Amino acid sequence: MSEAAKVREVRALIAANKRWDLVFATLGLLALMVGVLTFVALFGQMVIEGAPRLSWDFFTHFPSRKPDQAGILSAWVGSTLVMIVTAATAVPLGVGAGVYLEEYAPRNWMTDLIEINVTNLAGVPSIVYGLLALGLFVYQFGLGQSILTAGLTLGLLILPVVIVATREAIRAIPSAIREAAYALGATKWQTTSDHILPYSMAGIMTGVIIGMARAIGETAPVITIGALTFIAFLPAAPFTGDPPAGLFDWIMSPFTVMPIQMFNWTSRPEAAFHHNAAAAGLVLVVMTLSMNAFAIYIRYRLRKNIKW
Amino acid sequence: MVATPAPQIAPVAAVAAPDPSKKSESMGLGFYYSSFQALKNINMPIYEKKVTALIGPSGCGKSTYLRCFNRMHDLYPGNRYEGDIMLYPDHTNILNPDVDPIEVRMRISMVFQKPNPFPKSIYENVAYGLRVRGERKRALLDEKVEEALRGAALWEEVKNRLNDLAFNLSGGQQQRLCIARALATDPEMLLFDEPTSALDPIATASIEQLLAELKEKVTILIVTHNMQQAARVSDYTAYMYLGEMIEFDATETIFMKPKHKQTEDYITGRFG
Repeated sequence: MSEAAKVREVRALIAANKRWDLVFATLGLLALMVGVLTFVALFGQMVIEGAPRLSWDFFTHFPSRKPDQAGILSAWVGSTLVMIVTAATAVPLGVGAGVYLEEYAPRNWMTDLIEINVTNLAGVPSIVYGLLALGLFVYQFGLGQSILTAGLTLGLLILPVVIVATREAIRAIPSAIREAAYALGATKWQTTSDHILPYSMAGIMTGVIIGMARAIGETAPVITIGALTFIAFLPAAPFTGDPPAGLFDWIMSPFTVMPIQMFNWTSRPEAAFHHNAAAAGLVLVVMTLSMNAFAIYIRYRLRKNIKW
Repeated sequence: MVATPAPQIAPVAAVAAPDPSKKSESMGLGFYYSSFQALKNINMPIYEKKVTALIGPSGCGKSTYLRCFNRMHDLYPGNRYEGDIMLYPDHTNILNPDVDPIEVRMRISMVFQKPNPFPKSIYENVAYGLRVRGERKRALLDEKVEEALRGAALWEEVKNRLNDLAFNLSGGQQQRLCIARALATDPEMLLFDEPTSALDPIATASIEQLLAELKEKVTILIVTHNMQQAARVSDYTAYMYLGEMIEFDATETIFMKPKHKQTEDYITGRFG
């Protein structure tokens, strides 16, 4: 065979092989578009329906029987307050548990068992958390259908996310850094508080915020514990009552949250309420997306000085 | 009345140079990673204010041996020591389970293979050992940080940017920073685990020069992969193979007339 013929043959072979690149690239792009376009369509629909309803009044009005006067005041205030309790529950518990598992726990079958359970907890359906909370917080502890109950429930719900994020962030720290601290005579706690926690903060915060973004959209467990669907008053503003007990009046008050408000409006027959639901959905999506954006920003800021 | 015959004294005085005092001595030291025995019955002294080099092929246990000296193995489960490493002059067996590894690490500092500064400022890196010891006085910290950086021949290069991030230094500077960090607490002994293996030849030369200066003040134990380096920097050399101490002697003896054939083969590059 001549050299020229060999070259031609190789070129034909390369062209044939490259056809598969094209096939896969096309399939991959299609697969990607299914996801992206679905989201764009849903979001677009929501914007078209809901955007006209967005106004200052929409945020400052309570729900109402008249759709054009109804607003999301009690819902966004409720969501915000519940999120405060959720963060206050999930962050110390989750970070504490994660640090303990990574830095302190002895390596034995008990720890392995706990680790497997924590990972599995992340897959438990949220309604199950709602049932647990109804039995434990509402009836057993008598906390009522309050912001506290909802915050604790959602806190438990995202606890595995926070634990896993904490552990992964800690594991990303090279063992050389840990050894450097120990070699200087640091105790476990000195190593943890001076190095492990600061260097893993970016990852932990990201996990916490992503967990919160999930919690803010949760509906099932909040309905299960008995959040109200119609509420025309606000909880006492936090930290304004008579100290000391009065400071926490807000925490025991009834409430509603954004997704429940949406659910309530969608179940009405009037189209005008559906537009309200779309507007509330839009607000909720923007809340979630901005939380995620904040997580990305935090990660960028905190990781800027850390290279390994 | 009769003058002591001079020719008899002179040769005695020449060979019986005062034995340098021992800083540490390993006695029957063994070490296990779970069931794998990494060190077998190691017996050797470490002389005060001398540089002792550990050489041997990869996997011979030299780093494992080094890390016994600050109980680094305690950080990981399943590790087990046997035998003693005595620390003088107080006759503390640093492997004794009753001796807190933190106490040992406060007396014996370590410099690692790859520079591992904390993602903090140059100043905070050097000051960390003192902070761990509860030191809060700014003036004293400043003084110690400067002293340690001078000791590590880094002061002139960084004195105007102590608050810069340690990661912004070059590799050789980072390693000298790690040496300063280890020096800041006035350790009795310094452990070096292949400190120049991640550095270029110029940075390596500066670290080697530094070792010669440091041994005025502190006892040094260094693991090195590089035989020329051992020959250049050390006063004593131990050759290890498969977890055993094959030969320990003055560096000159090890390199010029080793007693064991195996040592000679390794030194001359016939195996390794």
